[in-house]
Amino acid sequence: MSLHVAVATRAFRRYSTYRAATLAGIFTNSVFGVIYSYAYLALWAANPDAGGYDAVDAVTFVWLGQALLMTVALFGGGSTEDLAERIRTGDVAIDLYRPVGLIGWYLASDLGRAAYHLLSRGLAPLAVGLLLFDLTLPVSPLHALAFVVSLPLAVTLSFTVRFLVACSAFWLLDSSGLRVLSLGFALFFSGMTLPLVLFPGWLGTVAEAMPFAGFLQVPADLWLGRHEGVDILARLGFQVGWIVVLLAACALVLRAATRKVVLQGG
Amino acid sequence: MAEIQAEDSLSARGHVGMYAAIAGLWVRAAWVYRTSFVTLVVANGLITGLDAVAIWIMFSQLDLLGGFALHEVALLYGASSLGLGIADTLIGSVERIGEYIRTGRLDQMLTKPLPLLLQVCADQFTLRRLGRITQAAVVFAWAAAYVDWTPARVGVAVVMVVSGGAIFFGLFVTFSCIQFLTKDATEFANAFTYGGATLTQYPLTIFPREVMRSLTFVVPVAFVNWYPCLYLLGRDDPFGLPGWLQLCSPVAAVAMVGVALLTWRAGVRRYTSTGS
Amino acid sequence: MTRPVHHPLIDVRDLARTFVRRRRIGRLRRTTDTVKAVHDLSFTIDAGEMVGYIGPNGAGKSTTIKMLTGILVPTSGALTVAGLEPQRDRVELARRIGVVFGQRTTLWWDLPLRDSFDLLQKIYRTGPARHRENLGRFVELLDLQDLLDTPVRQLSLGQRMRGDIVAALLHDPEILFLDEPTIGLDVISKGRLREFLRALNAERATTLVLTTHDLQDIEALCDRVIVIDHGTAVYDGSLTGLHQRGGSTRTLVVDLVDEAPPIDVPGATTRRVEGPRQWLAFPADASAAPVVAAVAAAYDVADLSIQEPAIEDVIRELYSTPPAPPG
Repeated sequence: MSLHVAVATRAFRRYSTYRAATLAGIFTNSVFGVIYSYAYLALWAANPDAGGYDAVDAVTFVWLGQALLMTVALFGGGSTEDLAERIRTGDVAIDLYRPVGLIGWYLASDLGRAAYHLLSRGLAPLAVGLLLFDLTLPVSPLHALAFVVSLPLAVTLSFTVRFLVACSAFWLLDSSGLRVLSLGFALFFSGMTLPLVLFPGWLGTVAEAMPFAGFLQVPADLWLGRHEGVDILARLGFQVGWIVVLLAACALVLRAATRKVVLQGG
Repeated sequence: MAEIQAEDSLSARGHVGMYAAIAGLWVRAAWVYRTSFVTLVVANGLITGLDAVAIWIMFSQLDLLGGFALHEVALLYGASSLGLGIADTLIGSVERIGEYIRTGRLDQMLTKPLPLLLQVCADQFTLRRLGRITQAAVVFAWAAAYVDWTPARVGVAVVMVVSGGAIFFGLFVTFSCIQFLTKDATEFANAFTYGGATLTQYPLTIFPREVMRSLTFVVPVAFVNWYPCLYLLGRDDPFGLPGWLQLCSPVAAVAMVGVALLTWRAGVRRYTSTGS
Repeated sequence: MTRPVHHPLIDVRDLARTFVRRRRIGRLRRTTDTVKAVHDLSFTIDAGEMVGYIGPNGAGKSTTIKMLTGILVPTSGALTVAGLEPQRDRVELARRIGVVFGQRTTLWWDLPLRDSFDLLQKIYRTGPARHRENLGRFVELLDLQDLLDTPVRQLSLGQRMRGDIVAALLHDPEILFLDEPTIGLDVISKGRLREFLRALNAERATTLVLTTHDLQDIEALCDRVIVIDHGTAVYDGSLTGLHQRGGSTRTLVVDLVDEAPPIDVPGATTRRVEGPRQWLAFPADASAAPVVAAVAAAYDVADLSIQEPAIEDVIRELYSTPPAPPG
């Protein structure tokens, strides 16, 4: 456990050295936040309770999205990028023989990164949003707590998906196509492009059931107070459920990969 | 000045040919990895396709966005996305200028008898964005079916696509030049390039008047699609600006490209006089 | 009538290049340092010369090469290459010089060598006949015939370096700048490359300026060596002269069959003894043959090898002897 804390701390420090990059990123997040805010304001002006949100909810959703964009690594990146590189170069063989679990190691590193991104590229755009627009805060301490709990779950969930994509490099000569695809799906089905509550009919049903919903839509709905009582637990359970399934998939894929590396020497 | 004269000794047509020759070699190189090339084109097309789906979903909730109907917003979206796709295909590598400085590739290019910008733009040329261009063209074509075409409107449409590409070209080059100053703040440029592309997917009427003003007079992305599309749709300017602005895209394009070339020259001068 | 004036091909006068480096002190404050990368540098190189430009890391070698090739503007001083001002006339100069940066290829990684060469013909607008002739000749000299259709990524480092050199020469440059051309190459590749460069110079009188860490490159190729240290030329002359000036030594490593007291032969001094192995120093400009013969005549020798002085050692020794003005 203390090893994983050390790994996470190191990742946190590593990202915190790029100060100019962080500032530029905050600026860009804010610009996109403003653009989407006006788009949503126009949408909700035309249809004041679209998807069950009001205009303030919608704009809050935009800024939560900008705050979580880097934290949840919706654009990819994070520790899984290092893993993909190590698979490409073959260095991963060393990792596979370490006594420490590979998944735990990279997950710890990704959580450390996410913590830094939350504190810098999460909080700063949110503050900008609060200054420029009318946003809603969590309706009760319970909802705030639920949101806070859902964040590491969202990061872990996104990690498992990115981990699986990175592992495809064990078999594919070039996994960039798959990476672009998973990135696009993450952006679209997390609610980043448009809140999932607006998706009509079966598309909405499918979108809400996919793991990507746990990246942004679930934490945002907890913040917005769209759920009460047991429903809150059910939403967190949704994230946990997918994490369990996908972590199991990661473990299976890793075992197959290890066998392949051992048999073929990479 | 002498450098410009020397470069002029190669005609504009010669430059295009040279660009095509370099780009062609990169395409052939990419074709070595066919499967991954095709996957990337398809993936890119799908991803940008989801953007269009998002607009369609928006309109499942309403009839008019900022006073514009779905087919009108689709026209705006298609035109902006086409411009971005074309510029991104032609000069995608300019965004990597910082990497070229770091790896010494820029130094190698400086020892070749071609304009540096031409070499940078043609380097690692990829047709990967074909997916985006195709997707944008499909949306544009669908929206165009609603336009009441006249010869003048056809002319404006053609000029719009070319100017749109040129304006995005200018934005990419101008803001990539930041990398001559700092290696860390590259994301700053995205706010203007991709930010501009995102913003122009919507009718400008949904933004405050100041946004329209700055996109007309400061960073002229409004000329990528907004003004010419108003002309194609036969609409009066919702902000009450004069109608002739709707024909000014080429002016904005020339100005933007001019700014880009000046910035580029200043950036290269800085590089050759600091070595970093 | 005016008398024809002798114009050197490369003319460097009082060249200086300073860099401003920003440095963080404490949390927020910054300070700037001015670093003199090159200063008071003057030399001329005539057409057809083969010149080695050597010095320790960070001495200003690549800064000079960058100024000569038009990549970097001098801070002060005068500089002409082939009658042109490198940075101002960059494109024109690029047609008349060839540049090879060791370790960094300009070839298309995934495509056959031939494709890269064909593109260069277009870029330099070399006439088709001239291109064909040059390609044929260089490919023959460098033994690349069978590799023309091989993708570059499948070539060995030595083969790729030969490819890069052909690429830099197809447009008939008057001057070839080589930055560490033999770095990382095996002995055979190095030898082949040196042989080719000598042939090139003999056949076409191409002027050669090369930076290197390998004194054997200089020995094999250059009649003249310019040593740069701390940003300025500290020596300009023949390699023999450099050895004499610095009093630098080569080392003969002798493995005797049995342990023995320090070897005593004329023309060499024993520096170190370790079991049956002994290290003998002799002047770098003297022939090794008499020393070897003397040792072999007097002792039972199991093995022999000669170590060349490292550039760093030669330069260090240059400083330990009383300074004399370069040139």
